Amino acid sequence: MSDPAVSPFANERALKRLRRRRAADRRFKWYGRLAIGFALAALTLLLASITTQAMSAATYHVVSFDLDLDKETFGGLKTDDPPPVDKVYGLVRADLLAQFPETARNPVLRHELSALVTRLAVLPVAREIVRNPREIGMTRQVQLPLSDDLDLYLKGANARHLTVPIGRVGAEETNGVLTLTGEGAFKRLIAAASLEGMQIQDARSTGSILMTAGQSTLKLSTLDPSRIKGPLLTGSLQDFRTHPVRARLITSPESERTVTDRQIAWLLALKAEGRVSRVPHWSLLTHTDSTQPELAGTLAAIVGSLLTLLVTASLAIPIGILASIYLEEFAPRNRVTGLIEVNINNLAAVPSIVFGLLGAAVFLGAFGLPRSAPVVGGLVLALLILPVVIIASRAALKAVPQSIRDAALAVGASRMQTVFHHVMPLAAPGMLTGAILGMARALGETAPLLLIGMVAFVAEVPNGPTDEATALPVLIYSWATQAERAWEPMTGAVILILLVFLIAMNGVVVFLRRKFERRW
Amino acid sequence: MSDHIVSAFTEELERLSADILRMGGIVEEMIVDSCRAVLHNDLELAADVIERDPQVDRMEAEVERQIVSLIARRQPMAHDLRSVFAALKVSGELERIGDLSKNIGKRALNLDAAVFPAMRSGVARMAGPVSRQLHQVLNAYASGNAAEAKAVWETDDEIDQHYNALFREMLTYMIEDPRSISDGAHMLFMAKNLERIGDHCTNIAEFVFFQITGENLVQQDRPKL
Amino acid sequence: MDDTLGNGTTMEKGVLPDAPETSVRMSCRNINVFYGEKQAIYDVSLQIADRSVTALIGPSGCGKSTFLRCLNRMNDTIEGCRVEGEIMMEGKDINSPVIDPVLLRSRVGMVFQKPNPFPKSIYENIAYGPRIHGLAQGREDMDEIVEKSLRRAGLWEEVKDRLNLAGTSLSGGQQQRLCIARAIAVRPEVILMDEPCSALDPIATARIEELIDDLRKRYCIIIVTHSMQQAARVSQRTAFFHLGALVEVGDTDQIFTSPRDRRTEDYITGRFG
Repeated sequence: MSDPAVSPFANERALKRLRRRRAADRRFKWYGRLAIGFALAALTLLLASITTQAMSAATYHVVSFDLDLDKETFGGLKTDDPPPVDKVYGLVRADLLAQFPETARNPVLRHELSALVTRLAVLPVAREIVRNPREIGMTRQVQLPLSDDLDLYLKGANARHLTVPIGRVGAEETNGVLTLTGEGAFKRLIAAASLEGMQIQDARSTGSILMTAGQSTLKLSTLDPSRIKGPLLTGSLQDFRTHPVRARLITSPESERTVTDRQIAWLLALKAEGRVSRVPHWSLLTHTDSTQPELAGTLAAIVGSLLTLLVTASLAIPIGILASIYLEEFAPRNRVTGLIEVNINNLAAVPSIVFGLLGAAVFLGAFGLPRSAPVVGGLVLALLILPVVIIASRAALKAVPQSIRDAALAVGASRMQTVFHHVMPLAAPGMLTGAILGMARALGETAPLLLIGMVAFVAEVPNGPTDEATALPVLIYSWATQAERAWEPMTGAVILILLVFLIAMNGVVVFLRRKFERRW
Repeated sequence: MSDHIVSAFTEELERLSADILRMGGIVEEMIVDSCRAVLHNDLELAADVIERDPQVDRMEAEVERQIVSLIARRQPMAHDLRSVFAALKVSGELERIGDLSKNIGKRALNLDAAVFPAMRSGVARMAGPVSRQLHQVLNAYASGNAAEAKAVWETDDEIDQHYNALFREMLTYMIEDPRSISDGAHMLFMAKNLERIGDHCTNIAEFVFFQITGENLVQQDRPKL
Repeated sequence: MDDTLGNGTTMEKGVLPDAPETSVRMSCRNINVFYGEKQAIYDVSLQIADRSVTALIGPSGCGKSTFLRCLNRMNDTIEGCRVEGEIMMEGKDINSPVIDPVLLRSRVGMVFQKPNPFPKSIYENIAYGPRIHGLAQGREDMDEIVEKSLRRAGLWEEVKDRLNLAGTSLSGGQQQRLCIARAIAVRPEVILMDEPCSALDPIATARIEELIDDLRKRYCIIIVTHSMQQAARVSQRTAFFHLGALVEVGDTDQIFTSPRDRRTEDYITGRFG
């Protein structure tokens, strides 16, 4: 009966059709792979760019000081006194001035020098002294963060510089101007400078060359293959005679930099002395916000976010779950519930900033709740994620098979017993997933918080939901809009912190699913 | 009755009833031919009837095989169940009728050629109504006519009366002429066989009636003439 | 006529099959069921005998399951479903507002098409019903109820060592017997079974059928089944539904050997359509 000529296995047309179908299958698979590849590439790019941006904020430079907390100055402090910031800073300044005597009679230089460490950097130390007065009368070693511009300079982020080793040369001084001599010692330096396009004669527009030896630095003003001249910025002639010399080429002109040549010289001196070290930037997590990038931290924002989420969770989860149970299990299916359903779905699509306007008008305006407070932020975010929670919970309830309800009803359980004894436990992982995803969304929301004033600069960790507070995404927003270069890696770091929180929440979701998911 | 959704089921049931009817046809002919052999002292015909019996036995075995297979594979219900049950019983009855006809044939071979022709025609006369009864009940089976089956069932007494009359007639012959006792005894057995065939036809009528109506013909309801 | 087993639509023919010597447990009169505008059951009157198995058969969508769900008011849970008519049990109409469906369902248990044990332990599956109805005083009492129910469902020997295992870990047939045990545990008088074997293999089906035959001594059982052979095997009385109407009801022997209605005949011999 089956003629081999028309058998589908040998029919040319059938085979051709088959080949076309297989080709279509393969094409589709490749489209899918491309789509996934694109998504993965975008994600990797995003993470990589944020991480590289944040990496330089993972560590920062600190300068160590030995502070002599003498009884005369600090005696008689009580625990509720304001921290003696100025007194401690005075010690720091005195230490620096003593280290660099060339600044003694020059207020401009003194100002430049004290900018190495900002005044507020001593605040934690001052607080510690108030809290722990037993240290008074002792010498205490403290490490204070370097000012952000100098930190960035050391990280090579705000002024390109390169070092050329010179070796030992002859040195002599006349009226503060040093002359270094060595037969052909500076040929390499000339080559390097011209390679960088630097004209020494016109230092203003082409950057600076600093010669360092030991803790001393001179600024180069004339450059010959065998002879260098320039004023001493800090240190002494002796160092040039006893230490090998290195040249430091800073390609951008001093006027375009936030660090002066002199500051660099001091920094190099401190570094040569071993007082500058690069340490992990823990203060990013333990400090509150600050106007100084090197002092700023995210603690207040993290606490603010947590308080906000606490308010959000305690409102949105019970309300959302109860609403979804009522709608799914008890409400009759009629026009009213249909309308409610449509509106809940619509509400989920309303832009978040609208919720912010609503919060500002109702909670701040009509109810007179405090501005910038986590309680208001929590309320607004609860409203924002309520539809998400309801929709997710309803989906979880819908996924519970009818047979379980039938089974419970058939042994004489009431509807409420059916729901709470049998349906809820099965839907719980799904409901929790919805709730946590909603919370994750709330954690990442910025716009509504801006409108209710949670963008305020908060230097204190909020103690409760009614205190002034800010939140992580808002902190990202405010740091990202700052002008100073140092904020850039800081912003990246906050973004990473926020991402860690989000990933942790999603991890909880996965864990809950794994743990409680049941088959039926 | 409309066909089954599974058409093979209908075909099997149809084949079963066709086989029963074919078997019935053969058996009916055996009755007539055996009595014809007695009437005309046709020994060849008698031997032929005897030879037909194994064929009937084989057909019965075949019908039984079909029925067992049908029950196992189709699980017949209601009317189907009754037809299968009736076919099983009817084929058994037909086989018995075949045996009895064969017995008449055997006895025909042993008859004295000079036996009274009147005795021979007495048996032959009885064969007519008996074979007609079988014919009628097979018709009822083929057409699914419950009334016809019931009619056969009700007329069994006629056969009995016929038998009683023949019995007395034979006795008379044997008293008149003791030489005819041997043949007469054979003749009496033939008459008895025919009477038994009538009973089997009645049984068949009962099964056919049950197949068609689902009800049993109850013995007490039978008209006593 | 309420205390005898009438024979539905075939009564007028005047041939009553021998009524079982048992009494009537439930008596339904002129039941009509509507889903919204659509009528699913037309004027069904049926008497259900105690301590026997009544099978409801009929083609898909004939309303037999809907009718079954009227008997423990499971139709209440379906939106837009309306039941008219009178279902008498112990002299009370179960549809009257004074009867609480929750109490009714503890008297009229139900077993479903797909085995649906709770995703909890075997013990909890059985204990749940007695617990919410307050049938057990203390732990020992509950243990006894669980054991007795499992024994009656013929499952005790198979599961007695693993009562803490999930009910869903049992095989399909065991799960269905677990569901039967769960129904028994609340001491019902009537057990409704909605195609209890349709998801099971023949061996598991045979076990359930054996169990049904055993349970018949204590309970009134009503079973909906698609398998006519099953109805023939397990039931004493059979009711044939077609297009929402009760076509014929009678002793199972009679229905399967000589049904009175042509539609019944056509259905059970496989001639429908």
